[in-house]
Amino acid sequence: MAREASPRREVVSGVTAPTPAATGVRPSDEASARVWDLAATILDPEVPALTIEDLGVLREAHADGKRAHVVLTPTYSGCPAIDQMRDDVASALREAGYDDVEVSYTLAPAWTTDWMTEAGKRKLEDYGIAPPQARSDAIRGPIPVTLGVKCPRCHSLHTREVAKFGSTSCKALYQCQKCLEPFDYFKIH
Amino acid sequence: MSAEQELTHDAGVHGDAHGADAHVDVHGEVSLDVTELDVELPGSGRVATPDVAEYAMRLGDDSLILSQQLAWWVSRAPELEEDLALGNLALDLLGHARALLHFAGTATGRSEDDLAYWRDEPEFLNCWLVEQPGTDFGDMIARQLFFSLYQTQLYTALLSSGDESLAAIAAKAEREVRYHQDHAVQWVLRLAGGTDESRSRVIVSLNEMWPYVEELFTDDALFDRLEGIAPKPSTLRAGFDETLAVVLAEAELELPTAKPAMAGGRQGRHSTQMGYILAELQWLARRHPGAKW
Repeated sequence: MAREASPRREVVSGVTAPTPAATGVRPSDEASARVWDLAATILDPEVPALTIEDLGVLREAHADGKRAHVVLTPTYSGCPAIDQMRDDVASALREAGYDDVEVSYTLAPAWTTDWMTEAGKRKLEDYGIAPPQARSDAIRGPIPVTLGVKCPRCHSLHTREVAKFGSTSCKALYQCQKCLEPFDYFKIH
Repeated sequence: MSAEQELTHDAGVHGDAHGADAHVDVHGEVSLDVTELDVELPGSGRVATPDVAEYAMRLGDDSLILSQQLAWWVSRAPELEEDLALGNLALDLLGHARALLHFAGTATGRSEDDLAYWRDEPEFLNCWLVEQPGTDFGDMIARQLFFSLYQTQLYTALLSSGDESLAAIAAKAEREVRYHQDHAVQWVLRLAGGTDESRSRVIVSLNEMWPYVEELFTDDALFDRLEGIAPKPSTLRAGFDETLAVVLAEAELELPTAKPAMAGGRQGRHSTQMGYILAELQWLARRHPGAKW
């Protein structure tokens, strides 16, 4: 997937995003930005419609000559995909000529679906997975808000939750009452 | 053992009656890559003090043992969706256990795998609730209800821990255990409001698990030394009671009345269940030290 200077880099949706400026943003210096762009080509092995940048898992990239350092954050605490992502990032960087490659993890700040890019949400929907329908605050207030989940195929809001836990930690299983198709929903986290 | 060292576990190390060839064929190339294990570990390279490590070990052991118990349900739940749900809960808990045990291990130079597989029963500091058998669906749900309500209170309080590693682990866990709580509450409501059979059985299950709730909220001397780092368990009780009262009222159930058990998990004294759980959990790692695939 070619990824030259991307004109738009949405890291978070919405205006009040609490993302610290230091992480989750493509670096401004050219050398580090190249490392970022290489890492940003890696796909989530469990949701291969999304890059790790779309997902908000890519947090930092640094370059120093032939040395490259990338920081990732896991989605769910137990998500087994993180090790695959680490290996894929390391391979991509080695192939691009970096000979000293480090990929490390950070737990803080904790990953949230608020970091998923708008482009990522569109890609998810095209892939057949309903993207998170609200910001994470919506599930954490004193009164939990029940939100209609839109069917990624026919766009009906007449859907029902079949199971809160789906094929991976990040997804729930839904069914559309209109077109009757079952589909995955990327849970708000 | 240096970080670069790679131990190859071939038939020569644990030669047995099956002979070298059979062993290699069955298990493939089994090796321990010490460097790899280090990279796998989440965390920021901080080293826990002995008290913080003991605390992290208590929490990590709770999550590890419950994860192991829930994994039993995969393929045995009443419906496929529930297989997935319980597998997901177990995976979240395993993630918490990894982070917590990794952090606990920094105090003594042990990895999360060292702690999970190479400690014996008295060295485990988990509570008795997570050890209790939950191979009856109602028992498992009752255990989930009490434990997830407790964990939601716990991780919410830990968000403001003075220890940055504990706060970071809590920030991830808190979002996840809310889903666990929701799962358990939905099932309690369903079972209580279902048939006479499901209702009478969930009442029995809630009473079976109730004696082990007290231990979750019992303070001891460790917490005097962890002021500002770990919430005193007793301070989490009000929030637990409040949420539980709402759930029980909705389900039209009475608060269980069974007397507290003489539990001693935090001091390494376990119920008779624990040995069987560890035997299954640790068998493979001890039979094939350093195995990976």
